[in-house]
Amino acid sequence: MIELYETQRAMRNMRRAAMQRGVIAILDVGSSKIACLVLRFDGSEVLGDTVVSMAGQAGFRVIGAATTRSRGVRFGEIDTMAETERAIRTAVQAAQKMANIRVDHVIACFSGGDPRSYGLVGDVDLDGQVVSDEDVSRVLSACDVPDIGAAREVLHAQPVNFALDHRSGLSDPRGQMGARLATDMHLLSVDGSVIQNLAHCVRRCDLELAGIYSSSYAAGYAALVEDEQELGAACIDMGGGTTGVSIFMKKHMIYADAVRLGGDHVTGDISMGLQVPMSTAERIKTFYGGVVATGMDDREMIDMGGDTGDWEHDRRSVSRTELIGIMRPRVEEILEEVRAKLDAAGFDHLPSQQIVLTGGASQIPGLDGLASRILGQQVRLGRPVRVQGLPQAATGPGFASAVGLSLFAAHPQDEWWDFELPVDRYPARSLKRVMRWFRDNW
Amino acid sequence: MSEMRPPRFLSKQDPAPSRWSYRYQRLMLTPMFRLALRFGVPFAISLSVGLVYFADQGRRDSFNLAFADLRAEIKNRPEFMVKLMAIDGATAALGEDIRAVVPLDFPLSSFEFDLEEIRQNVAALPAVKSARIKIKSGGILQIDIDERQPVAIWRRLEGLSLLDREGVAFRRLQSRHERSDLPLIAGDGAAEELAEAMQILAVAAPLQERLRGVARIGERRWDVVLDRDQRIMLPEERPVQALQRVLALDTARDLLGRDVTVVDMRVAHRPTLRMSDAATRERWTARATEVKVEDQ
Repeated sequence: MIELYETQRAMRNMRRAAMQRGVIAILDVGSSKIACLVLRFDGSEVLGDTVVSMAGQAGFRVIGAATTRSRGVRFGEIDTMAETERAIRTAVQAAQKMANIRVDHVIACFSGGDPRSYGLVGDVDLDGQVVSDEDVSRVLSACDVPDIGAAREVLHAQPVNFALDHRSGLSDPRGQMGARLATDMHLLSVDGSVIQNLAHCVRRCDLELAGIYSSSYAAGYAALVEDEQELGAACIDMGGGTTGVSIFMKKHMIYADAVRLGGDHVTGDISMGLQVPMSTAERIKTFYGGVVATGMDDREMIDMGGDTGDWEHDRRSVSRTELIGIMRPRVEEILEEVRAKLDAAGFDHLPSQQIVLTGGASQIPGLDGLASRILGQQVRLGRPVRVQGLPQAATGPGFASAVGLSLFAAHPQDEWWDFELPVDRYPARSLKRVMRWFRDNW
Repeated sequence: MSEMRPPRFLSKQDPAPSRWSYRYQRLMLTPMFRLALRFGVPFAISLSVGLVYFADQGRRDSFNLAFADLRAEIKNRPEFMVKLMAIDGATAALGEDIRAVVPLDFPLSSFEFDLEEIRQNVAALPAVKSARIKIKSGGILQIDIDERQPVAIWRRLEGLSLLDREGVAFRRLQSRHERSDLPLIAGDGAAEELAEAMQILAVAAPLQERLRGVARIGERRWDVVLDRDQRIMLPEERPVQALQRVLALDTARDLLGRDVTVVDMRVAHRPTLRMSDAATRERWTARATEVKVEDQ
């Protein structure tokens, strides 16, 4: 468990250095678009006596934002390094130009890499009566790491719950009395090569990686309101290549997974079904797409266009009902897969069944109705919270993970890494024990 | 030829910056680099150009020459020339003195004056209380003089000199008769106590006809000297009141009209008279006569 702290620690130090410089970039490497935000930390943390903390949205300002069409990324994983590198360069350059400042540190998120969640349990006997920082770090290191598989790496690992003797559900046990401290930890592992590729791409752009997040985690953090994070909710981040699932409870992510299906597959279906190029299919999907057909849609004819030179081919048109007929099965399939993931996670045992749809593909009209039929009654469409200085064009649900990353940059949820290494590894500690043994027995 | 055209999907790709243009832009967005580019590069270029140009001795000389020419040309423009000197507030004699200490050959450029130095030279003249110097339009060097006004004549071993209100001896006199309108003051240290002397002189105004002057004795007290070698010795303390007492006596008993050489007021409670030898002898004679008469 200890080795894992080290890499996280290194990234934390990098992020701190960036905070001191005052500027950091956010990079959302998605399958359909790459978004880059440039944040400036202006220290406006304290807003006054009456306004407190602003749910983590204060303290920074977005001074540059750019998106570019993603190339070389499939299923949220980097497929063609050179293409991805160029796309990242484009986004970063445009954002830098808008911010008029150079950024050196970047926090990135990606959705692929087959994320898997593990629940870890650890417990220790307390030396004294009162739980101290040291005890917390001991119990964290007492968690036994499951076999996450070769070539996989831990992306997130956070304690989500502490139990002291028979009392559970503590968020911070320090200072309390007890004899036995136990913790539940959530560990998210992803394919190591995906992280390596992303780090390599970022390094090739002369940037330094100050943190890596799973995009379903970031999207959930941005799209779920505070109550939902506290009471328990699932966030479905419907991206281009993958659909991320993250379940939050007590303000911590307790489960994350991803379905390797997304909006690009819908576009592909349209492209194949209507025999049009992908770009046309994308345009038709975004302009006329839907999942619930009505009688009106029979009469609404959509020109497919094209410039092959064949008049008959270029003048084809299709009714919206047909389009919906192509899209709906694929969207249903995605939602069914998500349902399966939620069932596997035991989401129906949670006290709150709230489901929030976000991500670019959640903008299909009528999706909430379809989703509530498949996922459950409490479904809403979520947008990311508002942050200072974010351009209007970047406030849509497609930017949920980018906004979530900005929130993480300002207020990271990794304060547990701050604990020192367990002291019982040092010889001074054992000497002290010997001394105590002597005092007790002589 | 049409197959030489790139495929359409390539032209639709959004243009990614090349690696070098990306790096170049990042470099240009670096604050320190921008600062260096904005100030450092122009400075370095102008410095190196200047150094290369002035490395040659001939160029340096010609530049200096041209600079000196330009300087002289501007200096000698008629607008800057001063053609004459005007002195206000000084008597003719003082004017001559001032022209002697300000030896300027007009016309001169106004850049060549050191007005402060001239002012100090002029103010250093004893007869000048203060001086203001300015260059007026029309090329005039205007000197405004506040001259010292004589209030008394001071007689010393070295000779006669004029005193102003502040007790400054500022001009020699050849003869008392040059300024017979001014009172005479004598003795060492008289100038320092001029104010007291002037008070005494003011009180002695009724004796104006007979007054010869006042003398400082031993640098501590005053004597009023009248004609017929009469002298009123005043005390160190409150000399004016002592003189007033003498004048009162004079008015009542015509004291000074008698044959008295010294009225000694130095001890306030015991004024003393010294009579002339003739008067003393006369008095002795008179007393002898009185004795005889009594004897008879």
